[in-house]
This record gives sequence, C-alpha cells and structure tokens, in this order.
Amino acid sequence: MKQLEPLIFELSASGRRAYSLPEVDVPTKPLDQLVPAGELRSTPAELPEVSEIDLVRHFTRLSQLNHGVDIGFYPLGSCTMKYNPKINETVAGLHGFTAPHPYLPDSMVQGSLQLIYEIEKYLCEIGGMSRLTLQPAAGAHGEFTGLLIIKAYHRSRGEKRTKVIIPDSAHGTNPATAVMCGMTTVEVKSDERGGVDVDALRDVMDDSVAALMLTNPNTLGLFDENIHEIAQIVHEQGGLLYYDGANANAMMGYARAGDTGFDVVHFNLHKTFSTPHGGGGPGSGPVGVKESLARFLPSPLVDFDGERYYLNYDMPDSIGRIKLFHGNIGVVIKAYAYIRALGREGLEQVSKDAVLNANYLMRKLAEDYDLPYDRHCKHEFVIHPKRIKEETGVRTLDISKRLLDYGVHPPTNYFPLIVDECLMVEPTETESLETLDFFIQAMKDIAKESYEDPDTVKTAPHNTVVARLDEAGAARRPNVRWKKEE
Amino acid sequence: MRFPAEFKYTKDHEYINVDGNEGTVGLSDYAQDQLGDIVFVELPEIGQELAQGDVFAVVESVKAVSDSYCPAGGTVVKVNERLLDEPELINQDPHGEGWIMVIELADVADLDNLMDLETYETFVEEVGHG
Amino acid sequence: MMNFIPNTDRDRQRMLEAIGVDSIEELFSDIPDKVRLKGKMDLPSGMSESQLFGHMQSLANRNTNMTDYISFLGAGAYDHYVPAVVGHVMNRSEFYTAYTPYQPEVSQAVLQSIYEFQTMICELTGMEVANASMYDGATAMAEAAMIACSNTKRNKILISRTVHPEYRQVLSTYATGADLELVEVELDAEKGTTDLARLDEMLKDAACLLIQQPNFFGCLEDVDALAERTKANKALFVVAVDPISLGVLRAPSEYGADIVVGEGQPLGMPLSYGGPYLGFFAVTKPLMRRIPGRVVGMTTDTKDQRGYVLTLQTREQHIRREKATSNICSNQALCALGATVYLSWLGKVGLQKLADLCLQKAAYAKDRITGLSGFEAAFGAPSFREFAIRCPVQPNSIIENLLEQKIIAGYDLGKDYPEFKDMLLMAFTEQRSREHIDQLVAGLEGLA
Repeated sequence: MKQLEPLIFELSASGRRAYSLPEVDVPTKPLDQLVPAGELRSTPAELPEVSEIDLVRHFTRLSQLNHGVDIGFYPLGSCTMKYNPKINETVAGLHGFTAPHPYLPDSMVQGSLQLIYEIEKYLCEIGGMSRLTLQPAAGAHGEFTGLLIIKAYHRSRGEKRTKVIIPDSAHGTNPATAVMCGMTTVEVKSDERGGVDVDALRDVMDDSVAALMLTNPNTLGLFDENIHEIAQIVHEQGGLLYYDGANANAMMGYARAGDTGFDVVHFNLHKTFSTPHGGGGPGSGPVGVKESLARFLPSPLVDFDGERYYLNYDMPDSIGRIKLFHGNIGVVIKAYAYIRALGREGLEQVSKDAVLNANYLMRKLAEDYDLPYDRHCKHEFVIHPKRIKEETGVRTLDISKRLLDYGVHPPTNYFPLIVDECLMVEPTETESLETLDFFIQAMKDIAKESYEDPDTVKTAPHNTVVARLDEAGAARRPNVRWKKEE
Repeated sequence: MRFPAEFKYTKDHEYINVDGNEGTVGLSDYAQDQLGDIVFVELPEIGQELAQGDVFAVVESVKAVSDSYCPAGGTVVKVNERLLDEPELINQDPHGEGWIMVIELADVADLDNLMDLETYETFVEEVGHG
Repeated sequence: MMNFIPNTDRDRQRMLEAIGVDSIEELFSDIPDKVRLKGKMDLPSGMSESQLFGHMQSLANRNTNMTDYISFLGAGAYDHYVPAVVGHVMNRSEFYTAYTPYQPEVSQAVLQSIYEFQTMICELTGMEVANASMYDGATAMAEAAMIACSNTKRNKILISRTVHPEYRQVLSTYATGADLELVEVELDAEKGTTDLARLDEMLKDAACLLIQQPNFFGCLEDVDALAERTKANKALFVVAVDPISLGVLRAPSEYGADIVVGEGQPLGMPLSYGGPYLGFFAVTKPLMRRIPGRVVGMTTDTKDQRGYVLTLQTREQHIRREKATSNICSNQALCALGATVYLSWLGKVGLQKLADLCLQKAAYAKDRITGLSGFEAAFGAPSFREFAIRCPVQPNSIIENLLEQKIIAGYDLGKDYPEFKDMLLMAFTEQRSREHIDQLVAGLEGLA
C-alpha cells in the first residue's frame, strides 16, 4: 500500500533520540523502594524513538498535506474561517502570559486578570449582556453552560421546565446539549422566508418550555425579522431566549442579542474574534447573561475593587465550575488583542464587509445554482444545485470534492437539513474581491462541467494528495491506532 | 428492486418471513438502498421480548443512524452475529444473508397489520416518488 | 487602527452594483428598527500593530516575571520543560489555521497527527481506543461518568474525595445538569487514599467509580482493591491518570480500568494561567462506540493509498442530534498535536527517564523536608512527583513568607479539605534542581 508520509512510529529506530534531560543531581534510590513493585510498569509504552531532525521533517512534511486559511479560500458556512492575525499569536506567546500557573495568588497575575476583566466588558457590550464567563472551551460547551444557567434560573423560581424549543434549521449541537441538561427538545419549523414559523412557535409554547435556542442570523444566513415577536411569545410564557452566537460576525454594530430579546448568549471566539481554529480546537465559547441571571454564572468571575483585580468565588447560586481553572486563556488573549486592534469602528466594518461579500457571492452564484431563499443574506447564505442534480446527476458532494481541485475548501455541505443538497457559504470579510471572483469562476466551471463531463465531477478530486477515501470501510472495521508488529 | 412474495412488510421497510411460529426479520432492499453503505448494526439480545413497533436494532451508515422497528411482537430467539463483522451483508443480500433476527411470535394477529408484496410494492412506488 | 479587510471603496462599489443595491446599509434593511442598536457600541478605538504590541506587552508585564521564581506549585498543572520543537510545530499555520478535518482529502496532516496521538494515548494507558482529545482532564472525567451512566443504565456516580477538587466540581455541574446522583467516597486520612471501608455498600447500583492515580495528594491508590470491588458490583472503573507517571507506573489496562482519562498539560503545554490544555480519553474495545468526540481511523483511497478519515461519526451530535453520546463537536487538536510532538521528542526511553527524575527529586525533597523538625509527611501512601507535608505553622503563612524569597512553596490543602488545614502540597518536576530544593528546605527551616 502506498503512503504519503510514514507514521512517526514507522520512523522509529531503537536507541535514537531527540530528548535531552538534566542529569539526576540528587541521591537516587532504586525504583522499587519508591513505588510498590506491583505498581511498576513492566512493558514501556511503545513511543517512537526518533532524532530531532526526523521529528521536525515528519511534522513539516505532514503539514504540507493540509489546507488552511493561510493557504487558500475556506468559505465554510457557520465556521467563520477568517484570517487569523499574526500579531495575535505573537502577543499570546509573551512569556508574561504563558508562564503563570493557574493557582498563583491574584497579586501575581494582575495583567491576566485585567485582560479577563476587560474582555468581559467588551463582549458584554457587543452582545448587550451584563456579565460573562470565559470558562467554556468551545461553542458546544458554552451552550451547555447557558442551558444549565437557564435550568438553575427556573429551579430558583420553583419551576421545573423540561422542554427546549429548537428550529429545524438549528446546529446539531443544540438538541444534543438540551439532552445533556436533562431536557427534551421540541422542533419548530421554518416559514417560507427562512425564519421561525411564528404560528408554529405559538402552538408549541407553553409553561413547560424552559427556553428557545436560536441562531440569528440563522444557519440559512437570514436575519429573523420576527425576532421581537418571537421573544415576546417566549417571554410571555415565562421562557428564556438562548442565542447561539455562531453567526455573530454579521451583527456587530447593527443589533445586539440582548436588545433583540435574548437572555443568554454564547460567542465563539474562534469564529467572530479571529482566533485560529487549530484543526478543531482549542476554541473558546464565553457565555454572557442578562443581569437577572448573573448570579448563576460559573464561579469564579473576575472583579475589580478599585485597586486590584481578583477572582470572586463568592457566588452561592452559581451552577458551579464548568471547566478546569479559568478557561482557555491563551485563546482569550488573542480575541482580546483582536478587539483592541480593530476597536469599535473596525468591528463594525467587519460586519459590513462580511455581509457585502456574502451578498455579492450569493448573487453571482445564483446565475448557475439555485437559491432557496431569495432575499438579502447576512454573513452567509445557502444555495443548492437543484437543476444541476436533476439534469446531470451531479450532487453537492461531487461539487464539493471538485472544488478541492481548485485549491478551495468547499462550503459546509448537507447542512442545514431543511435544504436538499445544501451548500452553506460564508466568505468572511477578510477575502478580497479577486478571491471571490476566483471562487465564482470555479463554481461556474464546475456547473458547466457537470453538463459536459459529469464523470470528472463525480470522481473528483483529481489533484489532491489522496483521492476519495473509503469511509464505509473505516467505520466497518475501525483501525484507530497503530500497533507494533509482533 | 424485487421483494420476496412470501414476506410481509412494514411501512418502515422492515420485513418478516414467517415459518411456523417463528419469523426472520430484516430490512428490505429498499431500506438498505436508502441507507447507503451500512457500517454497524446494534443487535437485539437473545431472550429480549419485543412488542410490535418496538425498536429492535439500530442500523448505522457512514453518516446516518436509523432505528428499526419490530414488525410483530415476540421473543428474540436468534440474532445474526455475522453482521457484527460484516454489516455490509445487509447491503449485499438484505433478504437472505443480511437478516437481523429471528423471533418467536407472541401473537400471529400482529401479522394482519403488515403489508403483503403487492401492497408493499405500491407503497414503495409511492414513497419513491413522494 | 488595524484592519484585515482587503476591500477598497472601488471594490465595494463594484459589488454593490452587482448585487443591485445602492449601499451596504440596504443589505441590513431586514433588521427591524425596534431591535436595531441605537447609537454605537461603547468600545475603545482601534490601534496600530505597534501600539497593540506595546499595550499587550504592558499587560503581560503586569504579571509577575516567573523567571525570577522557583515554583513547587502543581495541583493539577505542572511546570515541565517545553522543548523548542513543540512550539515550532504548533506554530505552523498549516495546522493552526485549519478547521476540523471534514474534507479528508485536504486534511491529512491534522488527521494523521490525531491518529498518532490516539496511538500514543493507547500506548500510555494500555487501552484499545482513544479519541482525538477533549477540552481538559476535568471535562473528560465528567463525560466518562455520563457514558458510564448511559452504558450501565444506572444513575449514581461515585467519585473519591482524593480526586482533584476542581474535577469534582466540574463533575458535580455536569451531574446536576443531567439529573444524576453524585456521591463522594470518603478518604483514608492516614494513607491519603480512597477509603475502602464502606465502598462495597456504596457501589451498589452505582454506574461507576471515579478515581485518580496518582491522586490529588500525589499518593498512589490501591487500584487493584478498588478495581476488584467496582467490577464485583458491575460498575465501570474510571481512572484519571497523569501521563508522565505512566513512564514508571503500570498501565491502567493492567488493573482493569474501563475508561481512562487525564489532563494532557504535562505533555508540552505551557502553564498559560490554566489553558488551553487538553484532555485525553481512552476506553476498552466494548466501549468503542460509546466514546465521545472525534475519532480518526486509517483507511485507503480509490488509488489504494493509505489515508485517514474521521470515523464512527454516527456517535456524534451532527448526526445523532438528541441521541448523541455528547454534544462535543470539537477537540483540542492543536494541543493534541503539541502533545504528540512532545511524546515523540521524549520517546520510549525519555519518558521513563523523565518519570524517574520526577520520582527521585520528589523522594529527595521528601527526605529533606521531613527531616526538619515540625514537618512530617502528611500521608502514608507512596507518592509520585507530588506530596503533602504537615506543617508546624499555617501553610498560608509559609507560602507568603517564601514568596519574599522568590519561592512558590506549593498549594494550601486547607482550601479544599477543612481537615487538612496544616498541609502544604508540593510538586517536583525535572526543572527543579537539587539547589532549588535545598533553597526550599532552608526557607522552610527558617519558618519552623
């Protein structure tokens, strides 16, 4: 079997090494005097034995097999794959930030605490909230935190509410989160303009509903024009509104979740606030709440007594701790740097250009593909190859794979579920008109090719380091780890 | 797509092939085609008692999971353990080697609620164009 | 002011014309007046890059310069040396500017590195299957408890009081959320390990027993006895381990762990005031399809080349939605990469040597400190790189006094254990030299 790059284990040679460790400078004792013999390891872990140059070349060669924002266009809907400014990486790596232990006394970490205090203020201002926790490590973790706060709120009022209403266009995490919180979900359908069907919402809304979870603009990239009415319907029955901030990149300076009626919001610092996605993490999913819910936030919060910043553990009604220590502070520093670099005007401009780029792309792509919702979009939009599929058999999956041959990462596909053969496109504000036009041309070429030479599209990609991979085989007979041959 | 004449079918595309007071249960060819490459089957346990309409197996394809519903009530007497290593049997031979379980029927009257070949073929035709 | 937007006014004009609108404002016309932001956000103005760098440097400088200090603080985050290669590989933007590897054809770097990470976690723990990583050790443990409950169809979780206090707090938050019962198992104050006395009774109807090896006090638990009782009650045995300790300690698979989790910070992550770190999560084969989060598998492409894909995806939220094993839809991929580089750097022999170094330094320190009058070992059980000392004066005053000598003495156990108000927890990594330890001892001696 051919291989692109051997596994690091296959590069191993007994006796080779990259490590260097200090010599033992204390009197030593035999191991079995320090650890009961029965607890000692008999077979060492089979870690690779490689030299430093082997190691560096392995991971460098490996890195060249990947697409990233620094390599090319990455219009992955609802993921906001914007440029990750280099200065963020530099400042987050300052020794003053990387060296402190999480349990140092507050007096020794005044810089980090000030940063946490200030970014809480900024994010609250952007979201229209009162207080905010930085503990959650990701959006899904933030959702969990937010729903636990909502649950605690209802409980404090002597109510046991067990249902969460979720639109049919919602992210898959929303229902999974509700279940983790011991609640059941009620799905509400979308209307023909792509928003929540207000009548359907009214029908399912009663006093057993804890919350409505909503993304706005939603996963179709559409702002829900009825948000004010939706909030009223939910609030009148004592429910709360949860804002999934995955799509906040469209809204900065235009509408704040808090002003539109939401009670709890989570942001994805790795989306809106430019921190890198890291191949899947680490991210950060801070959760902000209105004043009446602040006492339920995870403990501790950072407060300022006029002279010094401190961790405030005096939160008797807190839902408790949601993560070890203080959250992914290294990620938070990058988001803080981004907010300070751009400032108010810069962040507003982000939303303006994100929406402009998306609408331009949408109108251009609509010349060859079908637009299920024909209205201005926000930072992203959905299209699908309805006619192309009917007339040529070429599917969204094929188009996505063919895009790889153009050096473009395909849009999110087959999501949201309510649009057949969906492509969800989010260009972000950091892409130039030239890049957008290149993508438009690629999509036009693929549309044309689907009619003229459908097999080339259906068997794509052709220029990538690996061709289509056998996912069924991988799932049927999982090989999830290397093993040394006996 | 051809379906055996002696089987009975549900609207969720399970079949039961009755022989005496036992029935072999599986997914119809239509069901496997809709699911795509099947990668894993969570089998019922022998001795498990099922009512008509209960979930008796969970079938996974690469990117979908679906519950399978019992066509008739009874006790599980056999399960197809080959599926644990070769779930693709359901794709390759749904009405034969790809069977999922055998149940001992509790009440043959349950069978009256099921579709015969002709009705099922019409049903598949309808959902296929729906 | 910084700006990462390439559009010029001319570009904008061209785009507006193509869309068929006169202004960008028109594109926002669907936001009703009622909910629009009136006025402007109250945020500071932007900065140039040099101003930003200066501002960030000044914030960083407001933290104490740790190069001036010798630290014996551990308690769940350890000051091991991070070799230069770790940062250099993690700083390759092919890795850090990528998203979750949904398109395997252009994500082989992230996928293969995760496969290597999974293998290393399996090698360390002896388990059959590991996932692509979790948020941290504490959330990994909480997720393990959730899985134990769904797998055993029981809703009582047992956790030892010798487990890290913040792990227990996170678990309590998760358990309350999911309406599960959480019961803490008492500790044996003589040994510093989990009390076996009432364990059998408590294990009845329990989904799992969660312990830490070595535990929060650095002590080694009697894992065989714990495993045996847990198995006898058909509960799952969940163990949180320190990855460095596995250079000398038995793999948890050998004593029958069903789920092994842990904090990966010691594997090349700087302390960073608490994160980002990574959690790891490994299970036995029968639990493979219950494991939360991402899992990468090896497969082949249509040209018979070896390649890697995300696999067993039907467990996950984007497919199973409300039936998913967890809502987690990311991992700490970049940190997992760092850990993989770190473990490759250490290698088979280096890990054993490093673990031995920690053990020897801690043993030397323990001998020296307990040789001082008034100071004695708090617990009888053997320990790894960390141990608790019973002090003749308040630990808090020791910490404050030694700070003046630029020594961070350790962690005050009284904060979490009211019965251990006189105890100080101290950690010894390979970075603490004999000279450092002798300075600590001299400092303590002066306070007795």
